[in-house]
Amino acid sequence: MSDLSYNAVMSRKNEIMKRAVGIDYEKFIISDIVFDYEKMMQEVGYSLEKVREIQQETGVGNTPLVELKQINRLIKKIAPKGKGARIFIKDEATNPSGSYKDRRASVSVYHAQKHGYKGVIAATSGNYGAAVASQAAKRGLKCIIVQECYDSKWIGQPEILEKARACEAYGAEVVQLTVGPELFYYTLVLLEKTGFFNASLYTPYAIAGVETLGYEIAKQTKELVGKYPDAVVITHAGGGILTGTARGLKKAGAVETQVVAASVNLKGLHMASDNDFNKKYFTTGHTGFGLPFATFPDRSDVPKNAARALRYMDKYLLVSQGEVFYITEMLAQLEGMQRGPAGNTSLAAAFALALEMDEDKVIVVNETEYTGAGKLPSAQLTFAKKMGMEIKRGDPINEDLPGKRIVIPEHPSQIGYIELNMDNVRKSYVKEVMKRYNKRKFSDEEIKFMAEDTKTTEEKIMQIVKDLLGGE
Amino acid sequence: MHAKKGDWVQIQQILLKPEERTAPLPEDTQKVPLMMRIKGFLINETAEIGQEVEIKTLTGRLVKGKLVAINPKYEHDFGEPVPELITVGLELRKILEGDNNV
Repeated sequence: MSDLSYNAVMSRKNEIMKRAVGIDYEKFIISDIVFDYEKMMQEVGYSLEKVREIQQETGVGNTPLVELKQINRLIKKIAPKGKGARIFIKDEATNPSGSYKDRRASVSVYHAQKHGYKGVIAATSGNYGAAVASQAAKRGLKCIIVQECYDSKWIGQPEILEKARACEAYGAEVVQLTVGPELFYYTLVLLEKTGFFNASLYTPYAIAGVETLGYEIAKQTKELVGKYPDAVVITHAGGGILTGTARGLKKAGAVETQVVAASVNLKGLHMASDNDFNKKYFTTGHTGFGLPFATFPDRSDVPKNAARALRYMDKYLLVSQGEVFYITEMLAQLEGMQRGPAGNTSLAAAFALALEMDEDKVIVVNETEYTGAGKLPSAQLTFAKKMGMEIKRGDPINEDLPGKRIVIPEHPSQIGYIELNMDNVRKSYVKEVMKRYNKRKFSDEEIKFMAEDTKTTEEKIMQIVKDLLGGE
Repeated sequence: MHAKKGDWVQIQQILLKPEERTAPLPEDTQKVPLMMRIKGFLINETAEIGQEVEIKTLTGRLVKGKLVAINPKYEHDFGEPVPELITVGLELRKILEGDNNV
């Protein structure tokens, strides 16, 4: 039997991955930093037409675009004169497993089946697990979902436990782990043992699967209102939904549409902390993932991450947990749509944006997710109270305290956002590159790549490099 | 309570002891082991809670560990009604419709 110690397994990472993902990343890698992203997406991914075909086979996609008429009336009532954009929502909860993640899983599972893998493995505590399990069931493949599920006292958030139940309902084997980034280590152990396909969230297959979402949004919006959306607001965690949606919008011709990222501000709570683990409600779409993945996408489980959010991001807005619970309640009460809070992070940001945008503008929120026991605000806030959190009505922007206090707005006009400075985010990206690759000098080609990877100019990158080295 | 061969059970296992966790970790996580729970069909003829057993998982893998539950229940629920949210719908309708609707 091979050595299963942490270091031994991690040292076999490349060979395990090569077999489990079936992509030779060497082909696209030019230097430590530079790789040919578009070539990778074209050669390894599937065309938009092919993806639509694959998704049609398992009932994924073609979800409705719904105008939030009551919420839009509310916005008009409380917005300043001439302001109050219309919000439409892409109802991704109508996918087979109840989220847009079916799109992401569909191509990977198709690819795994086509190449003769007996099963698929995915490491995820989110909706992605249910999506992979559901797609695997549809294609007759075995499935293992590896979840970070409990703290060291075996206490788990109701949302994650609900997701475990959903995965089991679709026939998947669920491996539940306590807190720690070694989730990835153990996923490697399982990939090596089983020879299954790694349905990673970050391969070109996974991202190509999301392009149909952006494509449909562009086409449906044009059909409904006669133009492409002015802005699409997207919950941002690992970067895959933003990257795929933005690429799809472009492929449909919506090149002017603003791509806005939204995350829940959980400043100060550590991603890998046993104590902090159960103080983060609705477990995705928060800054603990959003920022690290935006500023260093290649921290993922594949050599080159196809989800590169900064390439497409125009704005990055933060909202609070209390605002998201409030907007979740609003969506249910005013629109008759009960949807899980994680997906509503972007709706909270869109609501705030709509209040300040002109009334002829159109905002699309690009997803909803299913809800159910464990995913409801009542389940999550009951759990939050048990974990010692204070829940109160008040001013979310000024009183929110991640890990200590959740503030539900007293009035919809209190829904706001904190905007991150994109240049600071780009600066963090360059800083990470310097740290990870121990680099201080960059070739022209590397500067060009970093500019493309962060949607800015080469001059700006050179200035950032100069600023970062300036103090030494 | 004891389980018999073929029962649907849950086991638990230590994957990495604190001293074997070499990934970069915050202090609190470093102090505790990395643990796993997994479900499957019991291979042993009979077993008590707390006993080391072997199971066959849904993908057919054989895994050993300490028996922690027999026919484990899904324990998460819809939670309690949350006072801070209960009136939100009424408040929003009042903004939309005025007092006529309430």
